[in-house]
Amino acid sequence: MGGHQGLLPSEEPLRLLDEQGSRVDGSGLPMPDHRRLLEVYTSLVIGRRVNDQAGALVRQGRLAVYPSSHGQEACQTGAALALADGDWLFPTYRDTAAVIARGVDPVEVLTLLKGDWHSGYDPYAHNVAPQATPLATQLLHAVGVAHAARLRGEDTVVMALCGDGATSEGDFHEALNFAAVFKAPVVFFVQNNEYAISVPLARQSAAPSLAHKGVGYGVDGERVDGNDPAAVLAVLEQAVEAARSGAGPRLVEAHTYRMQAHTNADDDTRYRDSGEVDPWVERDPLLRLEKYLKRKRVLTKARRSEITEAAEAVAAHMREGVAKDVDPEPAELFAHVFADPTPQLTEQAAFLADELSREGN
Amino acid sequence: MATEKLSMAQALNRALRDSLAEDPSVYVFGEDVGPLGGVFRITDGLTAEFGEDRCFDTPLAESGIVGMAVGMAMNGMRPVVEMQFDAFAYPAFEQIASHVAKTRNRTRGRVGLPMVIRVPFAGGIGGVEHHCDSSEAYYAHTPGLKVVTPATPEDAYFLLREAIASPDPVVFMEPKKLYWAKDEVDVDRPAPALGKAVVRREGTDATLIAYGPSVPTALEAAEAAAQEGRSLQVVDVRSPVPFDDETVCAAVRSTGRAVVVAEASGYASVASEIVARVTERCFHSLAAPVRRVTGFDIPFPPPKLERFQLPGVDRILDAVDDLQWEDQ
Repeated sequence: MGGHQGLLPSEEPLRLLDEQGSRVDGSGLPMPDHRRLLEVYTSLVIGRRVNDQAGALVRQGRLAVYPSSHGQEACQTGAALALADGDWLFPTYRDTAAVIARGVDPVEVLTLLKGDWHSGYDPYAHNVAPQATPLATQLLHAVGVAHAARLRGEDTVVMALCGDGATSEGDFHEALNFAAVFKAPVVFFVQNNEYAISVPLARQSAAPSLAHKGVGYGVDGERVDGNDPAAVLAVLEQAVEAARSGAGPRLVEAHTYRMQAHTNADDDTRYRDSGEVDPWVERDPLLRLEKYLKRKRVLTKARRSEITEAAEAVAAHMREGVAKDVDPEPAELFAHVFADPTPQLTEQAAFLADELSREGN
Repeated sequence: MATEKLSMAQALNRALRDSLAEDPSVYVFGEDVGPLGGVFRITDGLTAEFGEDRCFDTPLAESGIVGMAVGMAMNGMRPVVEMQFDAFAYPAFEQIASHVAKTRNRTRGRVGLPMVIRVPFAGGIGGVEHHCDSSEAYYAHTPGLKVVTPATPEDAYFLLREAIASPDPVVFMEPKKLYWAKDEVDVDRPAPALGKAVVRREGTDATLIAYGPSVPTALEAAEAAAQEGRSLQVVDVRSPVPFDDETVCAAVRSTGRAVVVAEASGYASVASEIVARVTERCFHSLAAPVRRVTGFDIPFPPPKLERFQLPGVDRILDAVDDLQWEDQ
């Protein structure tokens, strides 16, 4: 056993690998086996490529905006890989890489940022909720999905993602409280990347750690080094297992860092020095696991190039999908407000259709 | 089965009971709705009959209640949640406006939310502050929500059953001053379709358009007018959303004069929307501008002053008198 004990999180974030990719003892966490770590590594490389490609598509004017998880890929990957097929993921706008790691088509995910529609994928296809923009609101939906599953006697677990800023929202607290009271199988996974747009963590919370926020609700808290892909997966797998076995919710805080600005529309030089960012370059999750796997001779050159190829294929798929200009159909604006449109919506749809026909469209 | 005399509270309770019995995916929850049966006893006996899983108390947090209902509805259930009072539903507004109303649309029709948010609303019970708001305009203004309010025990039964069966979210607004009024209810008669207004009283001189708590007041006014030789028709809107233009406009065209009656403050209200719709559609049938009798644009008054805020028979009759009869 090891890892989690009691409501209070560990003094320091748990680690399995240090920044040089060397094994760290003392966390009590089980080290994922090599096969699993290769899976994590593959997902990390793809996640990084997804972030880079999406950023490039924004610069080319193909996407309106992209909130990147560059540097947070260990969290993205861990959240997706810790779940079983029937489980649910509740992502935010910054969790595109996690959504893709869960199996959703990247082009469908980018529908929102392309501006074709809001959420572009079928949430039921991979049990991935629409990416939430209003902070922390999705955490309550996660509790509802989990509670419904528990009432039906299913062993579904729900992974609910949010950032450090969202822990200040009322819905974060209501979600923890409801999950605890109803023993809902939810893993609340906070990616503490130190910034909510421009506001640093110190202005967000005076708590010893964000994981401490579970204590007041009777929710177990845990802290993990968010740039240690092995530890993130191990901590999340333990939390998922505990939830599945009926132990109720857990709050996991990953300590990581937002390497890039909030989005391309943000200018982070106005609120932080590059000197603050630099040390985090050395803590890169991808390089950390890469060093470990190379040292263990698990990541061979051939394997590495296979993985690169897979990531390049995803990037190419994104470029092709995003390059395809589908003109969204104006009539669809009225199609999904209700299951059956009201007479007023039917009237308004006819009005727009008439306007378009007069414009010769 | 023959008709039964039920209060609106009993009719609502019957609707919940019948829905719970018929559909295992229906779940009822909120504050004090379990063993207590709700502060208005609308959920009385449901936990005992259906068990703690089907009708349960939640922590005291309205955003939490509605947000959890969203998740349950995403996952195959039909939650029916109670907001204890109109003004206590405001903490849930973000969930309602950003998720309850938008999820079907955000997901391109893939995720519908069949859920009901029950809101006891409006005044007339001598309630202290924050217990008497007419909050229907907030919901009616939000695309993606159906907004329903019954005026009779029988409508309360049928409209709540249909709200629960609806594939889309319904804000079900219960006029709390009518909870205890009894009337005949026949649960075996064919249900009226959600979204259809109804003519409550025939009349030929002018049409009173009302909904929820204002319908009995409008009927009283029509009765008083009849004594004075004026024949007033009364239309019960039933659902501000979807609004039944057809029934309302046919009624107004038949009389050529109309007064809209509602408790809510008049500015930017459901009443003003009704006036606009009727004027746009029935202009050439109108002998006078459509009038409104609504609450003033003030926060809901304390109990000793609330009678000045609520539309009463006299104010309605005065508005009817102003409908330019001299031009007839």
